[in-house]
Amino acid sequence: MNNKVKKKNTGHIIVYIVLLSGVLITLLPFLWMLLTSLKTQSESIRVPPVIFPAKPVFSNYLDVFRDVPFGRMYINTVISSIVTVAAQLLLCSMAAYAFAKLKFPGREVIFVTLLAVLMVPSSFFILPQYLIVQKLKLLNTIPALFLPNLFSAFGTFLLRQFFMSLPSDLEDAAALDGCNPFTTYWRIMLPLAKPGLVSLGILTLRFAWNDLMWPLIVNTSQEKMTLTAGLAYMQGQYHTNYPEMMAGAMMAILPLLILFAVFQKQFIEGIALTGIKG
Amino acid sequence: MKRKRISRRQRSHILYGYLMIAPLTAGLGIFYFYPFFKVFYDSFHVVGAFNKRSWAGLSNYAAMFRDPVMWSTLWNTVRYVIVIVPATLALSILVAALLNTGIKGRSVFRVIYFIPAITMSTAISMIWRWIFNSDFGILNYVLSKFGIPTVQWLSDPRTAWITISIVAVWMNVGYEMIILLAGMQGISRTYYESASLDGAGKLQQFRLITLPLLTPTIFFVLITTLISTFQIFDVIYMMINSKSLAKEASQSIVLYFYRNAFEYSKKGYASAIAIFLFLIIMIITAFQMKMQNKWVNYDQ
Repeated sequence: MNNKVKKKNTGHIIVYIVLLSGVLITLLPFLWMLLTSLKTQSESIRVPPVIFPAKPVFSNYLDVFRDVPFGRMYINTVISSIVTVAAQLLLCSMAAYAFAKLKFPGREVIFVTLLAVLMVPSSFFILPQYLIVQKLKLLNTIPALFLPNLFSAFGTFLLRQFFMSLPSDLEDAAALDGCNPFTTYWRIMLPLAKPGLVSLGILTLRFAWNDLMWPLIVNTSQEKMTLTAGLAYMQGQYHTNYPEMMAGAMMAILPLLILFAVFQKQFIEGIALTGIKG
Repeated sequence: MKRKRISRRQRSHILYGYLMIAPLTAGLGIFYFYPFFKVFYDSFHVVGAFNKRSWAGLSNYAAMFRDPVMWSTLWNTVRYVIVIVPATLALSILVAALLNTGIKGRSVFRVIYFIPAITMSTAISMIWRWIFNSDFGILNYVLSKFGIPTVQWLSDPRTAWITISIVAVWMNVGYEMIILLAGMQGISRTYYESASLDGAGKLQQFRLITLPLLTPTIFFVLITTLISTFQIFDVIYMMINSKSLAKEASQSIVLYFYRNAFEYSKKGYASAIAIFLFLIIMIITAFQMKMQNKWVNYDQ
């Protein structure tokens, strides 16, 4: 018996050692990012490398705002992310409800056709999308950042699954009370679909905040860039000033990290849900 | 009277049904369905200045098959897939399995492992580029302490793709682990209890219960990482600059598409590349769907 307990303990110790080394590998790059952002430029390129800055300097964080319109980039990213999330939640849930609960001719055919978008890699659409935005004279504007992302076949699919799992009795009652299908959706079904909406909102936010290729293409003026494109631009311009770039990177990842710290359960469940539904 | 009321409800279903799907359908139509056909159209044209198109027949496709860069780009992408997908799967299954052993602090580990999944790949690539810097990078310094000579992680065409693969796997594991762990937690405890009564050890339980019952989730993760790795772009774009010696040896299909479309302004040619990528992904999906029945165990 004693032997068995011992064996179990060594097993646990090995599990911890493996998991903790994984934690180190996960966190060390972030720690290095933070430490580098607090160094002077000459400190950052010293050989052998300096691990801790002799005296932490915070000026790199201010220099980012001086060298590029970082504040604007922040605002652009926030606006574009919020609009994308809000529009997807509204448009997808509305369509998803109709596809799940309303009966109209062609419902299945239209739904399956829309789902075909999911089979195509997103970069496939990007060139014509760019030409459309160009034709609308919207290049280098804020709407260019979010326009194609307002519409999501994936979100519709995800929420339709959700609405289908809700019972129809409530709607029948609402119909008897004189609700039309839209008011039933808006007042009764939408609040019930909250877990699904939270999942979709988190997935969309993660995508919108972090997406690189599309913002890179449509907005080339610094004032209209998102943070991702701004960081890429900084790397092209100031590629020797690593402390400043790391300060920019730190500030760019911080908002989602804070949101994640607050809503970790929702983040993790939201991701896990997509795997189960798939 | 009753019949009329039912038909009124039917009518309102039809009316509201169309109204409620209209915005989404119109948006997808304009920004996804029209572009879908437009790519095919453009691939048969030369798109010149001011987007003037002239008919080019199959010449974009012919040029693609003769283009040695296209072939090396395809090979690079396949190489990324061969390395990144199995490594991601193996590591994320390992971490998920360890977290599923009932150890203390599981939720803390889960949160930490997930951090790379919510961090922008642009920022991640920047820090890794700095770590892998051959002159001032911390990694080469640490390795030198163990007597390992300087490695040109990103500037040597022979190693750049390996470095990129390492970063890509580092970025993938947390996300896939969450999905796999959720799958593992969906497996009923009773299987493990009875196996444990029969004297099966932890490893045996993992091999005989967890893995077979997890195949649907593993399959899902396999397909999604396969498809996303075939489209790898951000990490390479950020870590290898366009003057690097390793530029061609590390370039992926999507990056080559991007450069043709937006840097070399060869939009017709880029469209042909996009169609090529689309076909590859369709073939993978079809192949996977076929294989699925052979080794995925759906009845739990």
